[in-house]
Amino acid sequence: MFTFTIRRLLFAIPTLLAISFIIFALLDLAPSDPLSDLPLTIPPEVREQIRAAMGLDQPFLIRYMKWLQQFFINEPLNIFEQLTGLTIGTGERMRVLSWATRSPVVDLIVQRLPQTLWVVGLSYLFGVLLAIPIGVISAYRQYSIFDQIGTFIAMVGYSVPTFFTGVLLIVVFSSWLQWFPSIYDTNLVVDSWSSFVMQVKQMFLPVLVLTLYNTSQISRFVRASMLDNLHMDYVRTARAKGVKEKVVLLVHVLRNSLIPVVTVIALGVPTIFSGAIITEQVFRVNGLGQLLITAIQGADIPLVQTLTFIFAVLIVLFNLIADVLYGILDPRIRYD
Amino acid sequence: MTDAAIPTTLATRPKSGNFWLLLWRQFRAHPGGVAGLIVFSFIVVAVYVGPLIHTIDPNKIDIKAKNQGPSLAHPFGTDNLGHDMLAQVMAGGQISLAVGMTAMSLALLVGTLVGVLSGYSKKLDGPLMRVTDLFLALPLLPLLLVIIMLFRDTLRAAFGPETGIFILIVFVIGITSWMHTARIVRGDVLAVKSQEFILAAKSSGMREYRVILKHILPNVMSSIMVSATLGIASAIITESALSFLGLGFPSDFPTWGRLLFDGANFLQINPSRVLWPGLAISLTVLSVNYIGDAIRDALDPRALKH
Repeated sequence: MFTFTIRRLLFAIPTLLAISFIIFALLDLAPSDPLSDLPLTIPPEVREQIRAAMGLDQPFLIRYMKWLQQFFINEPLNIFEQLTGLTIGTGERMRVLSWATRSPVVDLIVQRLPQTLWVVGLSYLFGVLLAIPIGVISAYRQYSIFDQIGTFIAMVGYSVPTFFTGVLLIVVFSSWLQWFPSIYDTNLVVDSWSSFVMQVKQMFLPVLVLTLYNTSQISRFVRASMLDNLHMDYVRTARAKGVKEKVVLLVHVLRNSLIPVVTVIALGVPTIFSGAIITEQVFRVNGLGQLLITAIQGADIPLVQTLTFIFAVLIVLFNLIADVLYGILDPRIRYD
Repeated sequence: MTDAAIPTTLATRPKSGNFWLLLWRQFRAHPGGVAGLIVFSFIVVAVYVGPLIHTIDPNKIDIKAKNQGPSLAHPFGTDNLGHDMLAQVMAGGQISLAVGMTAMSLALLVGTLVGVLSGYSKKLDGPLMRVTDLFLALPLLPLLLVIIMLFRDTLRAAFGPETGIFILIVFVIGITSWMHTARIVRGDVLAVKSQEFILAAKSSGMREYRVILKHILPNVMSSIMVSATLGIASAIITESALSFLGLGFPSDFPTWGRLLFDGANFLQINPSRVLWPGLAISLTVLSVNYIGDAIRDALDPRALKH
């Protein structure tokens, strides 16, 4: 298992390098000029100076190497320094700068991360917590009314895009009933009971939308996995031994059914981040997704490159986690 | 020796007819699938035949009749410029469905090609599967947004505003959604490849590409079909998500996602502007997903036992 993890980690490096190259090349070789938005009155020599200041006068490969160095060496060192207070070398390093704000990209991401983690993370947690009991009951009472309604709602939640459910909830709860605000206020400081209530209120709708989507997706998996296991021989054996039905269901069947579900949950984490782009846009939550959208609209290429690459790192990382978890949880799986 | 190929093709022909009949019989037993098929056919017919009955031009601006509720002349009401919403939803549906179908076909073509090649040839298997894994590790939505932002203007200049963006979106969605099809097809090809009839076809002197076309492809058809239905659904959702983020089709060439995006700014005045396009997307995707589920159940050998 350990050697497998090490091997997978080593495999992840070339994958990530290839992805970073694809992202960098795609953005760099695209037929659009980052200076095209500037006024035409700027003389050509000044224009050249601006290009040089952005580092655009150097060849493609050198820029790619510099970006790699900034992203993989300089930024981690900076984070390490901030965490420990130590200074390594001179402490002066070139950082990935955003073209729009001229501030380091990593700082922007650190500012936006909490909002995304709160809204998206909470909804994923709720999704998992709701999906498992729903899936279990649905499978155990297959074709019952609960199962029929549950699978139908899961199908609807899985098919209806989040930008429609979000807008629909805004129409009902913000526009008609006026229970919840439709826009997420990031400047809200939670220091009293009333501001806490306000925070809960403004998080309610985005979390609800994402929870509905996550619950539907995961509960479908739980149900299918439970159904696969309920007809196995070991379940009959357990019942024949006289094991209580509750124990059969919750210990024997559920534990086995959760093995594939855990990997699905792990694999879903990165897609949640990119899927939340839309929900953040609907509710104006200024998290990572909105940062990406504004960066794309403003053609802020370093920021877009870094964010997209971070999403890629998350996908590769959680793929790895899913594989390793599968090996740990299911003793029948042997990678070596 | 070449004659040997003829009886096999003759023998498969009535069997393949039987296959479709059997599939239909199984499919009919799935109420959700039948309902999905009815709803989906209704949407397709409404979107393509509807404009012949409701003949208002979707781009006709009638500023005097702006932001109206439903009436006989405008059953879905009008928007802030006096566009007829029903005509717009129908016109948008034509584009959305066309994008879904074309992108799905492209993804299916690439996915089947990669899947068959890597399942059939040992030499290509490793590299092609690495490429598939690489594509699976790409963050798709951010990349789609980036590609569209970067290449939109160039393609618009080359092919005109409508065709350019259509080509771009279909290409981009197709090229980023073939991986699951490829994996499923590869698995099926690996299973089919080791069976005797392939060996028989090969030893009768059949060319490799004919073995693939005549014997392997028909046998992996079922999983390709399931991928196809699910592919339409995800392509429609992706396209409307892109349009919803303002990076898809332009306003004068609206799709369902774009109509929803434009309507979201007029929520308070006219909530029905969001409702109709959103309902259209949701119903289409829901019905297609039900059809996909029904086909999968119909083709599942385990389902036959129960």
